Amino acid sequence: MSRQPETKQKQRGGIPLFWPLAALALLLLYNAVFTQDFLTLTIRNGQLYGSLVDILNRGAPIMLVAIGMTLVISTRGVDLSVGAVIAISGAIAAWLIVAHDTPPALVILLTLLGAALCGIWNGALVAFLDIQPIVATLILMVAGRGIAQLITQGQILTFRDPVINFIAGGSLFYLPFSVTIVVVTLALTAVLMRWTALGLFIESVGANEPAARLAGVNTTFVKVFVYTFCGICAGIAGLIAVSNISGADSNNAGLNAELDGILATVIGGTSLNGGRFFLVGSIVGALIIQTLTTTILSSDVPPHYTLVVKSVVVLAVCLLQSDAMQASIRRLATKGGAA
Amino acid sequence: MPEPTPLLKMTGIQKRFPGVVALNNVDFRVNAGEIHALMGQNGAGKSTLIKVLTGVHTRDAGEILVDGKPFSARSPGHAQELGVSTVYQEVNLIPSLSVAENLFLGRQPLRLGQLDWGTLTKRAETAVQRLDLNIDVSRRLSTYPIAIQQMVAIARALDVSARLLILDEPTSSLDAAEVSRLFTLMRRLKADGIGIIFITHFLGQVYEISDRITVLRNGGLVGEWPTADLPPMRLVEQMLGLDASQLPEHKQKTQRLIEERRKPFFRAAGLGRKGAVEPFDLEVREGEVLGLAGLLGSGRTEVARLLFGADRADSGTCEVDGRSLRLASPRDAIRARFAFCPEDRKTEGLIPQLSVRENIVLALQAARGWYRRLSRKHQNELADRFIHSMQIATPDAEQAVNNLSGGNQQKVIVARWLASDPRLLILDEPTRGIDVGSKAEIQRLAMELAEAGKAVLLISSELEEISRCSTRVAVLRDRKMIAELDGGEVSEQEIMQTIASGHGSGDEPTA
Repeated sequence: MSRQPETKQKQRGGIPLFWPLAALALLLLYNAVFTQDFLTLTIRNGQLYGSLVDILNRGAPIMLVAIGMTLVISTRGVDLSVGAVIAISGAIAAWLIVAHDTPPALVILLTLLGAALCGIWNGALVAFLDIQPIVATLILMVAGRGIAQLITQGQILTFRDPVINFIAGGSLFYLPFSVTIVVVTLALTAVLMRWTALGLFIESVGANEPAARLAGVNTTFVKVFVYTFCGICAGIAGLIAVSNISGADSNNAGLNAELDGILATVIGGTSLNGGRFFLVGSIVGALIIQTLTTTILSSDVPPHYTLVVKSVVVLAVCLLQSDAMQASIRRLATKGGAA
Repeated sequence: MPEPTPLLKMTGIQKRFPGVVALNNVDFRVNAGEIHALMGQNGAGKSTLIKVLTGVHTRDAGEILVDGKPFSARSPGHAQELGVSTVYQEVNLIPSLSVAENLFLGRQPLRLGQLDWGTLTKRAETAVQRLDLNIDVSRRLSTYPIAIQQMVAIARALDVSARLLILDEPTSSLDAAEVSRLFTLMRRLKADGIGIIFITHFLGQVYEISDRITVLRNGGLVGEWPTADLPPMRLVEQMLGLDASQLPEHKQKTQRLIEERRKPFFRAAGLGRKGAVEPFDLEVREGEVLGLAGLLGSGRTEVARLLFGADRADSGTCEVDGRSLRLASPRDAIRARFAFCPEDRKTEGLIPQLSVRENIVLALQAARGWYRRLSRKHQNELADRFIHSMQIATPDAEQAVNNLSGGNQQKVIVARWLASDPRLLILDEPTRGIDVGSKAEIQRLAMELAEAGKAVLLISSELEEISRCSTRVAVLRDRKMIAELDGGEVSEQEIMQTIASGHGSGDEPTA
């Protein structure tokens, strides 16, 4: 192994946010030039309106999922079930309101508890049974929407509840309330990671699990924790989703959320090989994805191209991260330099 | 006595890899109907030689003759077609297929373009019966124990008409009964005129089965002897490159005599794990460096892993300060204030990507739990203290640990454990592959820690290191603890004799 890639890695580690921010700036710039009224902001009824606010509002679920996904991926895992967990928690919330007339505070609490249980299930499969994360979480990914439909008995439950509707529809500090939720979740996560030793443990499990275990890190606990945490984040996203449409749609809530969450995390600089994680990077990654979606929707490109464009971005990011690709780029560069 | 034409004759084999000469002018020959042990420490060139023979590597120079005719294999598969088959420790077959399919994979009998199951089964039965193997060839390979799988691999090799069979560590995962079964088979093949190259770490097995021994060391040929003419003592000498008769009678040891014999604080009784190490007793006292000597594969690391709870023992008990101790995980051991620097620094020690500081505080932080985080100030102090006291060469504590040299990485891992203030520090090959300066510092550190009242368990392949640092030495051979050598007078010679003779009463020199 040569020394060069290591030093390079370190330099990049110094400014982990550079590339994601540059990409986001580029996208915004494109929109500022080509999309009509993109930068226009108006205030109505004490809330800002405009494309930029839209991106923040619609991107909130992705950002929340990305926060949880970042921790999971940092342990060298992945959680494919977040979309299903969004559907399940939406179903729980709607069912509690419609069928039981539960007070809103209890709805929120029980919904998040349900989401946490989903996460514990994933974590137990990975940590205790040693099932590969991609397979372990696939189980709930497949089963989850079925479970959600069982809860809602196959119907789209709709409701009217001022508190729950406020989650996605209300506004605070001139911004949609969902933005506040994201900011608070991000801040709490960052505090939890850096004011306790959890961040260190998570990163050490992801970077070298056998070594972390031999150093006395409780790797089982760490894994169960990240999947549970990821479940709770998906649960919050699920609350936003039900609030958005005042109802639970088990088939469509959180569709492709796992894909967006993984993509946002990877764009944000956290490697799928585990180790160092970058929470803010993941948020920026989520914003890039949402901006991308909005851009495509507001341009003349047919909306079904969205997934194709997204997948091209995934491919580009994966290629840039792969060691083989980096090596061949370096080889080309040195050859070019020598010639 | 006229020499018969050897079955295999390799002369003047040269192989260079970037930066190293892996094989330097090596001669090697095997006669038909002979079991030939190929011996050497790790890195001696055994596997490179085999890989040159079987076409994995191309040789830079030299000549290979099989039956007097030039032999040049392009790949292991090609070598097999030409009559040279290798059976590895890990069986290279497909567990989910039947025994019969495995035997004829790639050359299945066909009838009208379809697999001819009838012929396949019949031929498979003949093939296994030739080896006195009574198994159902239609069952999946994975339903049989490793020993049988290995014999199926041998049967496959023979069916491709093998003249020369290479058995690379075939007995590592076998128990005694399985080994004797394999040996019976090997003797039969030998009687049939097949030449066998036998690679193993088990000295006892070499003397049980082999006819001749070739020893390699550091990529060079040391020599070739009929097994009967090379006593175990000499074999070990040749492998390690030491000459016992020329060692000074009394080594100038650092005079750290154990004046008052402290009571052992840790006792293991009958601790063992099937397939790893046979049950052993061990006592550890505060203030001693207890050396664990033995050849590679003798069970040294396995002992360390049991003591640290990294592997679970399936027999025996442990106690600390008279209280019984359950060692089910490293966390149990750490609670008893044990520490373990593993042999494989890269895969089991370092947390790459993370900084020197994070690597140093990890064990202490893990012991405190996630919610009682060490303050950043405290972490910095710890890191700085160890960087200074152990002279870790790093620009600063925030440097990513994979940017450090091997010796400094090793120091970081030792520092990680010292920060947790252990009573027992297990060092598994702490000086392998690191520079001379760091090596001396780590050896000195081990002795200083013992003087300060800690117990150090030192595992090393270098007898010189063991004999210089240890006050007591436990000797392992063939996964068994065979002796304990006591006092400040443990010499390399004594250790070597014990390893070679296989029992503890190595007082009279036999060489």
